[in-house]
This record gives sequence, C-alpha cells and structure tokens, in this order.
Amino acid sequence: MKFIDEYRDAQAVQRYSRALKRIVKKSWTIMEICGGQTHSIVKYGLDELLPSGVTLVHGPGCPVCVTPLELIEKAIEIASTPNVMFCSFGDMLRVPGNSKDLLTVKAEGGDVRIVYSPLDALKLAVDNPQREVVFFAVGFETTAPANAMAVFQAKHQGVHNFSILVSHVLVPPAMEAILSAPENRVQGFLAAGHVCAIMGYTEYEPIAQKYGVPIVVTGFEPLDIIQGIYMCVRQLETGRAEVENQYSRSVRREGNLPAQKLIREIFCVVPRKWRGVGEIPQSGLGLQEAYTDFDAEKRFGVAELRADEPAECISGLILQGIRKPHECSAFGGRCTPEHPLGATMVSSEGACAAYYHYRRRTN
Amino acid sequence: MCLAVPGKIESIEGTDPIFRSGKVNFGGIMKNINLAYVPDAKVGDYVLVHVGFAISTIDEAEAREVFEYLRQIGELAELEESSNTQ
Repeated sequence: MKFIDEYRDAQAVQRYSRALKRIVKKSWTIMEICGGQTHSIVKYGLDELLPSGVTLVHGPGCPVCVTPLELIEKAIEIASTPNVMFCSFGDMLRVPGNSKDLLTVKAEGGDVRIVYSPLDALKLAVDNPQREVVFFAVGFETTAPANAMAVFQAKHQGVHNFSILVSHVLVPPAMEAILSAPENRVQGFLAAGHVCAIMGYTEYEPIAQKYGVPIVVTGFEPLDIIQGIYMCVRQLETGRAEVENQYSRSVRREGNLPAQKLIREIFCVVPRKWRGVGEIPQSGLGLQEAYTDFDAEKRFGVAELRADEPAECISGLILQGIRKPHECSAFGGRCTPEHPLGATMVSSEGACAAYYHYRRRTN
Repeated sequence: MCLAVPGKIESIEGTDPIFRSGKVNFGGIMKNINLAYVPDAKVGDYVLVHVGFAISTIDEAEAREVFEYLRQIGELAELEESSNTQ
C-alpha cells in the first residue's frame, strides 16, 4: 500500500542504522511515547539495530494500558445494567477488572459490542431508541476529535439515549510527569505522530526547553522510527534540545485546526488518574458543562466508584520506562495475554504484550 | 490505539461540513469515512484515517523527505570519510 510499503524498506533501515552508529559517541536513553511505536520497534526488531549506547524505553502511550482499574470497574457496572448496549473498541474488553472483564459481562448475557468508530455506536443509538447506548470513549488526543464528533452529532440530532464513558488522556502532562520523577532516566523523546497530527507540536516546545530534552515528532513505520531515533541522537550528541518533525508528511506545526476546535467545544481539560501512576493534574479530558447530559458516569450513577490496582502488576513502572516487561516476576507465567494481570499485557500496543509475542526467547 | 492508516479518497458526499464523508480506498478495501476534519481534501488525495475519521491529508512532497534526509546524511558521511583518508 502506498505510504506504507516504502517505509518498510529494509535496506534503507540498514542505512539509517549504519548512519546512527557513525554519530553515536556517548550513551543515551530515549523514550518512544506511543504504544504503536513500541509495537513496531519490537515487531521489526529495530532496537536490535541500534548501537549499544542507545537504549529505548517504552512510554505510556497506550490508552488501554493507562486506563485505571476504576474506569474498568465503572464500565463493567454500566455494561451489566439491564437495557444497556455497551460499545467499545475491542482491546478494552479483556482488561481485567476486580472480579471480571467486559467479555465476561457479555458471556453472562450483557449486551457488549465491539465497534470500529464512535459514530457506529451513535448509529446503534439512533436505530434502537428504546435502548441506552454507551460508548467507552478511551484514547489520547488522536481519538478525541472522533469522540467529540459523536457527542456533537448526538446533541444536534436530539439522540437522548446515547452517552459516553470518558477516559481521555493527554500526552504532554504525562511527559512532564515522567521528566519530573526523581528516578527518570529519559534524555530524549520520540513524540507520537498521530497525536501531533491533531494537536501540532507547539505545546512540546516549552517542555523541550524547560527540561533540556530533544523531542522528535515521529511516525510509525520502521523507517520513520529509525530516522526519528537518528534525529534525536544527533540533537543529543550536539547538545541541542529542540522539537523536530520527522513525520512531516502527516503532521503540521499547528496541527488540525477544525479538529482542535471541536475538541474544545465538547471537552475541557481535567485531572485524570493513570494506571499505576496515580492522578496527574490537567492530564485528561472531560465533558464540557453544556454536554454533561451525555456523561455516562452521571447517567448511571457510577461517578463515585473507587478501585485500586492489584499490587503484583508493575505496569505503572513499565509505563514510566522505569522497568522492562521481562523484569516482572509474573511476566509470561502468571501473566499472559490469555490471562493478563494488568492492561499492558492486554493491548497489542502494551509493552508486555509486545514482548510476549515477539521476544519470548530472549527473556 | 492511535493506529491510523493511509487511504485514497475516491468520492466525496455531503455539503454540510460536519457530515462531509467519502469513500476511501485502502489498498482495494473501500470504507465510508468522515471527512469533516480535512475540509480541503479532494478526490485523489491520500488521507490518514483513524477510527472512521480522516485526521490529516498526506503531503506527497514531504513524503519523500525520509529518503532525501537519508541521501544527505549518506553524502555527508562520504565527505567525512574522504577527508579522513586524505
């Protein structure tokens, strides 16, 4: 496929790898933010093409992974309510709650459905006016315009049996939380290309400046990622800390302005809890006052529900790049994609699942 | 989760900017995609699609940058190597 195949050219990747080896003088630790990038890196073995001085750590950019247990419990509670049609992206269904997951709710007779787009959930609401349709609106900035559009259309079409359970998180506050942690070892970032396709990258410029870290907006194919690493290392070796854009075919500095406008119409910035990390101020999105009628937490009375993550799972440390998946004693034994203890083993973009699928022989 | 796939716009329907949609071709698989966030995209353009929404128009000239950059650093390395051997 055009704009995919050419960026998987093994020879070009090797040439970047050799170019990288020529410029590395010191040791550097770089974090790729997005779980999609983590998946590509582990799948294509890109980390094995790097000079020994360059270490990649995997970041928190997997929305399934960072959604706290509390929200999973709220989803299970709502999905178990009679007359509810609970719609979600597929990954969320297998994230374990305290005693069950959403797939179990479905097996027990709940109406839990996988949809491709939030607009599919809205259509189900229009077609089934006697039912309550709830969409599990998880995601980073990339997904926010889609969820915003579903709510906007629902309001303007007068669809009253539709609501969303919001679990929206934002990248820049998570980066600041990682950089401020006393045990931080990240010296440069590959920023998430599709998040920046929506938001642009001006909000990363003060972070690069304040913490003295280079940030390279990077795509998802092997060539994108190795070029992003090259650009980041070149900055580190020459003492620069700037925002650069590797993914210029899809990302503009100002981002997607119509998408940002609708996000601001529907959502406002709120504090959010991240799995294993805890609450980060101003790190997520919630519904604006004018749209709270579409808030599933209020509609189903689950806003006050509280739950804490299981102690054995170290996904919080993995999501901050402090530990690697195979350093967990449960990895591949008590915790597998079939029987996950935590969310990083569930999503194909979670670091634990990626290591389990592609790296079992090396642990 | 932030997976987005490039596809080519084959047709565009609807005049209301919010409901603008079109058929997008992903290597032979056609899907109906919301085009509200790419108001300037035309038939024949490639767009990046995430959960049923086009989120960006792909810039064909910028798409060659990855290879252009590689060519430049390759030439730079050759220059350095030839100056080292002199």
